[in-house]
Amino acid sequence: MTKTMYNPISTSDDAKELGLLPEEFEHIKQLLGRVPNFTELSIYSVMWSEHCSYKNSISWLKTLPRKGPHLLAEAGDENAGLVDIGDGLACAFKIESHNHPSAIEPYQGAATGVGGINRDIFTMGARPIAQLNSLRFGPIESEKTKWLVRGVVKGIGNYGNAFGIPTVGGEVFFDECYNTNPLVNAMSAGIVEVGKTVSAISTGVGNPVYIVGSATGKDGIHGAAFASKDISANSAEDLPSVQVGDPFTEKLLLEATLEVIATGAVVGMQDMGAAGIICSTSEMSAKGEHGMNIFLEKVPTRQANMQAWEILLSESQERMLIVVEKGKEKLVEAVFEKWDLNCAIIGEVTDSKRLNFFMNGELLADVPAESLVLGGGAPVYQREYSEPAYFAASKNFKIEQIEEPTNLQEIAHYLSGHPNLASKRWVYEQYDSMVGTVNMSTNAPSDAAIVNIKNTNRAIALTVDCNARYVQADPEQGTAIAVSEAARNITCSGGEPSAVTNCLNFGNPYNPHVYWQFVHAIKGMSKACEKFKTPVTGGNVSFYNQSSYDGPVFPTPTIGMLGILPDRNNRMTLDFKKAGDMIFLLGESVNDISSSEYLYSYHKVKNSPAPYFDLQEEYAVQEFVKALIKRKIVNSAHDVSDGGLFINLLESAIPRNLGFSIGTDFEIRKDAFLFGEAQSRIVVTVDEAHEEMFLELALDSELAVSCIGQVTEGEILVDDAPFGTVAEYKQTYNDALGAHLN
Amino acid sequence: MKFTADINIMPLKALLDPQGKAVSGSMSNIGLPQISNVRIGKHITLELEAATEEEAKGMVDTACRKLLANMIMESFEFTVAKA
Amino acid sequence: MKFGVVIFPGSNCDHDMIHVLRNIMHQEVVELWHKDTDLQGCDMIILPGGFSYGDYLRSGAIARFSPIMEHVIRFSEKGGYVFGVCNGFQILCEAGMLPGALLHNDHHKFNCKNVFIKAENNTTLITSGVDTSKALKIPVAHGEGRYFADAEVLAQMNANGQILFRYCNENGAVDAASNPNGALENIAGVCNAGKNVFGMMPHPERAADAVLGNEDGRLLFESILAMVKA
Repeated sequence: MTKTMYNPISTSDDAKELGLLPEEFEHIKQLLGRVPNFTELSIYSVMWSEHCSYKNSISWLKTLPRKGPHLLAEAGDENAGLVDIGDGLACAFKIESHNHPSAIEPYQGAATGVGGINRDIFTMGARPIAQLNSLRFGPIESEKTKWLVRGVVKGIGNYGNAFGIPTVGGEVFFDECYNTNPLVNAMSAGIVEVGKTVSAISTGVGNPVYIVGSATGKDGIHGAAFASKDISANSAEDLPSVQVGDPFTEKLLLEATLEVIATGAVVGMQDMGAAGIICSTSEMSAKGEHGMNIFLEKVPTRQANMQAWEILLSESQERMLIVVEKGKEKLVEAVFEKWDLNCAIIGEVTDSKRLNFFMNGELLADVPAESLVLGGGAPVYQREYSEPAYFAASKNFKIEQIEEPTNLQEIAHYLSGHPNLASKRWVYEQYDSMVGTVNMSTNAPSDAAIVNIKNTNRAIALTVDCNARYVQADPEQGTAIAVSEAARNITCSGGEPSAVTNCLNFGNPYNPHVYWQFVHAIKGMSKACEKFKTPVTGGNVSFYNQSSYDGPVFPTPTIGMLGILPDRNNRMTLDFKKAGDMIFLLGESVNDISSSEYLYSYHKVKNSPAPYFDLQEEYAVQEFVKALIKRKIVNSAHDVSDGGLFINLLESAIPRNLGFSIGTDFEIRKDAFLFGEAQSRIVVTVDEAHEEMFLELALDSELAVSCIGQVTEGEILVDDAPFGTVAEYKQTYNDALGAHLN
Repeated sequence: MKFTADINIMPLKALLDPQGKAVSGSMSNIGLPQISNVRIGKHITLELEAATEEEAKGMVDTACRKLLANMIMESFEFTVAKA
Repeated sequence: MKFGVVIFPGSNCDHDMIHVLRNIMHQEVVELWHKDTDLQGCDMIILPGGFSYGDYLRSGAIARFSPIMEHVIRFSEKGGYVFGVCNGFQILCEAGMLPGALLHNDHHKFNCKNVFIKAENNTTLITSGVDTSKALKIPVAHGEGRYFADAEVLAQMNANGQILFRYCNENGAVDAASNPNGALENIAGVCNAGKNVFGMMPHPERAADAVLGNEDGRLLFESILAMVKA
């Protein structure tokens, strides 16, 4: 046998080159009791990268509320969170970032992000039924942004549409801070019968280990390490090879995976994402407290002459690692044969707790599985943090610094066409939102997407939310607001907020100001998640979202929330139903324009506090809306969020081409009343017939409830003065994004 | 002087070509299992005005690098001839 | 009535179609795998939507050579009913079972939304129970749905009553603004000269369940059942 493998004893220079710290190199030597060879060093470098090990975040993540009555799998237990939704069914759901790949190659970067998050769901045995995404880009006017938006949207669309799971919701936000480093967060939710899930675990000495799906090529090698670096001009060259997504193979892999689970032959399974084979073999082995012998020449490869470390670390998409009960090989192989997919035994389970990787008879790496993984030997760091100067400075902003404008109608038009507030139709019409015939929001819009659970009376509600401008202004309050808004969206749709998945997009954690934002975001999230009893079931952390010239992005802890509707008929919609219905505002009107789109974009005041927010008030308002919906007293419910009350009313008016006539509050500045973004407010409409009952309940609730006007046939009036028609605003609102992007 | 260029753009050899892979697999359905390793790219023709063939080649090269090919994912080759 | 829904690798509207036929229309449905060679005595074969073979090369181009297609073609030649929706329509055109072709949308984007269509006549199996003066709200979801046929073929199809549906506005007016993909003459669905093979880009199975708040698509399935049972 010829020894052709490149595998010398490594040096501290190699370690540095692969992104390991000197102390980490020392630690590896200690763990192994010798100097690692190059293959072993590569293994540690990816497994101990930020992306795989969460070494700079895990100590804080552990402080998040993780327990809840309906949780079947806690954060970190499985590939995704698992929530009991009743009727013997569970929902697996998770959100994940694919920011750095999307910055380099937006189409493939976004597409493979969609592929990866869906594999996390179906590797557990759950069939994905809905997808969402949360996207952030630089200013829409820039050519680079347009290139990124078109590529990302096409990538998400082409992959998700062909894969055949509807995209039911999402958000798109534009700000200068994302100019170099866009954020692409993808979420998926799937359904599985309770007790029929599959774990990412490896046990049973002698059981065969299979690799199934696509062949392995040199895709995205060291991608995981790459995702843990700042983006610089050289990044494009840094990535040896982009990952190419193949949604067709993913669809086959989905069907084959679910079929193979049904055979009962599967001991454990994990998809291959970041750090490929090494990540799946080590995590499954560590969890099962077993070892594996893996023979790399048995891995089906796309290219000849791949090095052992390349096969180990390849991030080729659409692959799974499956540990099968010995003797049931035929059952498994028949399924993959049916679906024309690769299926190869590459090794077996051992009792050694070590991973031994061989190539053509030569042992190339011998490492303890436990030493590689999060919760095992992977390093955990406490990072320094300190409050940035801007935080105190932002508190100096007072509304009096802005003269109250008189051109309110002009501002209303401006905001209705602002890319952050206008319809995202240009984006979402490129996604198949209806395949699967479960999207109940297509013909009945609501704040959260309502997804039918076929063969039951149930539905789930899904939303992704984060106003990162608020988080930048005040990480703790801003993140509490993000959680509250997600809960509010679910509540306004008739659902019960149930659990959270998060995608924490931050800058470089070694920057104390960035880390201060991170720590406070976690604190705010904890506070709000405890209040709403929505435990955090998992998600991911994406650090290093910054560039050498623009600095860090706004701290963006995207909240994906799952809500449950035990009876889907309890669902509530956001659109006004008919002229004459009374419009009520629940929650306090406040003289506040802080961090509003109005203040930030129209007045160009970039530094102000987070908007008014009180968690207790928020909770009380949501409880009240739940009661109103349950008693079928309201015709619509819609939360006041980005753009303030005027945009809220417009969004409710547009679907049925109705209008509204409202009166402002003389104690509140008109601009604050119409465009301020003070939190914890919900607009409901009430039929005259229900008015009396509504007012009685409002009185009992002890909340601030005010009648602000009436639904009209299509004209918009503010304090009896004409403000235009809904038709005019509708055109601006619908066409704003397309005008930039077509 | 007027030139024409014939440009072939192909997915990089190292990358997965999902389309080519699916087409390869279907060859047996039409009775041609002997065919394998299908890779699918683009063919582009264009006309341009340049003083010399060298200059024409330079312009086509720039067009390929900047727009016609995605250099992260594709390679290109071309020929230039007098129209 | 017995329906056979063909599942190609990459089909993804197969179960939506089966759900409507089985649970809403209460009909017998069998799943036919693309490698099957037995149509199991079905009264109608349905080619569902999706991305058979990833839509690689051209939509429907590869699926058209799946083993089952030979049998579907033979079935149709003997007068059997075949109905293709979206990707199924594309496969039928590629297989030459329906005239014309489906090209990339004129705006070069995938497009998923509710549109309105109007039945051209109510003399076909699919449109028999549809009011031809009314617009039906049915969703589309495709990147390659721009119907094209050459002038001669088109004239013949018009003369033979082979146009099933045209895109229109909500009041039933067939106009350019209502055309979601640049289809010739706003054509959304067609049938063959024998009027037993049908194809349409919009998805009636996505508008047939009351839970989704739109049942306009049900009319098409009701038409089929009424005609075949009568």
